[in-house]
Amino acid sequence: MYKIKSLDDLKQIRGEVQSKNSLKRNGENTEQVVQIKVGMATCGIASGAKEIMKFLLEECEHQAIDAQIKQTGCLGYCYAEPMVEVQLTDAEPIVFGYVDKKRASEIIEKYIMQGEQIGGEISISFKTIND
Amino acid sequence: MRIALRNCGLIDPEKIEEYIAEDGYFALGKCLTEFTREETIKEIKDSGLRGRGGGGFPTGLKWEITKNVEAGQKYVVCNADEGDPGAFMDRSILEGDPHSVIEAMAICGYCIGADTGLVYIRAEYPLAIERLKIAIKQAREFGLLGEGILGTNFNFDIELRYGAGAFVCGEETALIHSMEGLRGEPTVKPPFPSVSGYMGKPTNVNNVETFASVPVIINKGANWFNKIGTEKSKGTKVFALAGKINKVGLVEVPMGTTLREVIYDIGGGIVNGKEFKSVQTGGPSGGCLTKDFLDTPIDYDNLIAAGSMMGSGGMIVLDEDDCMVSIAKFYLEFTLEESCGKCTPCRIGNKRLFEILTKITEGNGVLEDIERLRVLSNVIKDTSLCGLGQSSPNPVLSTINNFEEEYRAHVVDGKCPAGQCKSLLRYDIVEDLCTGCTLCFRNCPVGAITGERREPHLIDQSLCIKCGVCFEKCKFNAITLI
Repeated sequence: MYKIKSLDDLKQIRGEVQSKNSLKRNGENTEQVVQIKVGMATCGIASGAKEIMKFLLEECEHQAIDAQIKQTGCLGYCYAEPMVEVQLTDAEPIVFGYVDKKRASEIIEKYIMQGEQIGGEISISFKTIND
Repeated sequence: MRIALRNCGLIDPEKIEEYIAEDGYFALGKCLTEFTREETIKEIKDSGLRGRGGGGFPTGLKWEITKNVEAGQKYVVCNADEGDPGAFMDRSILEGDPHSVIEAMAICGYCIGADTGLVYIRAEYPLAIERLKIAIKQAREFGLLGEGILGTNFNFDIELRYGAGAFVCGEETALIHSMEGLRGEPTVKPPFPSVSGYMGKPTNVNNVETFASVPVIINKGANWFNKIGTEKSKGTKVFALAGKINKVGLVEVPMGTTLREVIYDIGGGIVNGKEFKSVQTGGPSGGCLTKDFLDTPIDYDNLIAAGSMMGSGGMIVLDEDDCMVSIAKFYLEFTLEESCGKCTPCRIGNKRLFEILTKITEGNGVLEDIERLRVLSNVIKDTSLCGLGQSSPNPVLSTINNFEEEYRAHVVDGKCPAGQCKSLLRYDIVEDLCTGCTLCFRNCPVGAITGERREPHLIDQSLCIKCGVCFEKCKFNAITLI
């Protein structure tokens, strides 16, 4: 494991991760174009996020979609869990709420594979520290 | 406006690299390489950050006091013993962004001169514990915890301590006793933990949300932070919205936002379009605010002036169907169970309060009981040992002050306006409307309804358990609720 021994080391890691992320966003890293985040805090898991995560992993493999699927914490919209955020290349991330298996396959088949807007997204309206 | 929740739901909490990409650990780096301990504390003091656990004590001042005590060994403690019913912001932070708490604890350790941090977390939060453990392990592997952090001579490491989920252990002296393996009972302050805490050493105790705000303050500067909020309460506060509200969840808003904005604009209003009645803030130590306070800007001092408190940030929204006497009784029952029993006013006083409230909800109350509740509440407040007892009568006092007519309706008229207190309800059949269809008769679970087919039926009040099935089933509105 790489040990961080100085502030410069820390800066280097930050730079590496950030550039990797921006490459993905711009679609320059063609290996993984779709980024999917599943809210996996207690609220999400209680509403069934684990199953949705598993379903997305299997389905993406089955349909040969090269997606990076990862877990995150709670966005604060606990009422709409399970929530799935999808970011396609060159697009703003979209957050889908109340995702069950039916909804998840709709997201994959319509939004991810055909880029079709399927509606029902949760509008994320908070300000961040950088605004 | 998200400060404490800045990364929650956006990064993978189990990958330290993602935290670093969001400027993670740069605040620690900045403190260690650019700031002296005094300068770091000054920055926190200037920011105006106050304890987010509920008390609202200035964080920078606490750090300074702990720093100025001479001792070989000191400790940083993170209070993750979130116990208010309906509050879950600390859990979300630990599950969604554990590194922000670790980083801030290290910064605190640097400031006060401690090399050990302890997180007191309740064992009921298995996922938060799991993520925290992973985060600590990764931070160690990356050399961000351990010896000689970032090439300096600063050493710091963090251990976990599990609590069994006792509400009183959120009180800092009780928390420290629990960590030491003793009974989780509070002791008289002073000495404050800053002087004599864990193992008798100076200990700085802060809440999860307080810690989560620290790295941003260092990175963005005190002047950026203290522009947000009100004159005496700076920054943002996370609230856990629960109860009869459409959008249950967490909201982080600048201090000074009004309750109306939080409940209606962000929370989406009351479920089923019902009438807003009250909002309970501050958990078992807080109070119920009426609609008159909807436009009050939320900050520490305004909430106290309104007869409630900030607490850890739970907000339970109540509508017209909630009985305020029952709500007070619910919180009292909670405190009763959670009281450690060490001091008499809390142990016995709260029991008596609970008994009087039960008497009222069962329809046996008298007018004098309201005054008795008031007097007893004030005695408990004035004479209890710790914060739990001193604040336990707050739900009773605030509901009496704001909803006295509802208490009066219970004791004078023998009625519960919200229709919640079963003993005060009475279901009756209106003879003229009853068609004798026998539907109520067939559905009554206790056989309290009698009558011939096509003849008006009758409810035997001595058998009726007030379940309301007949009321729901009747197609002719022949059953009345009195």
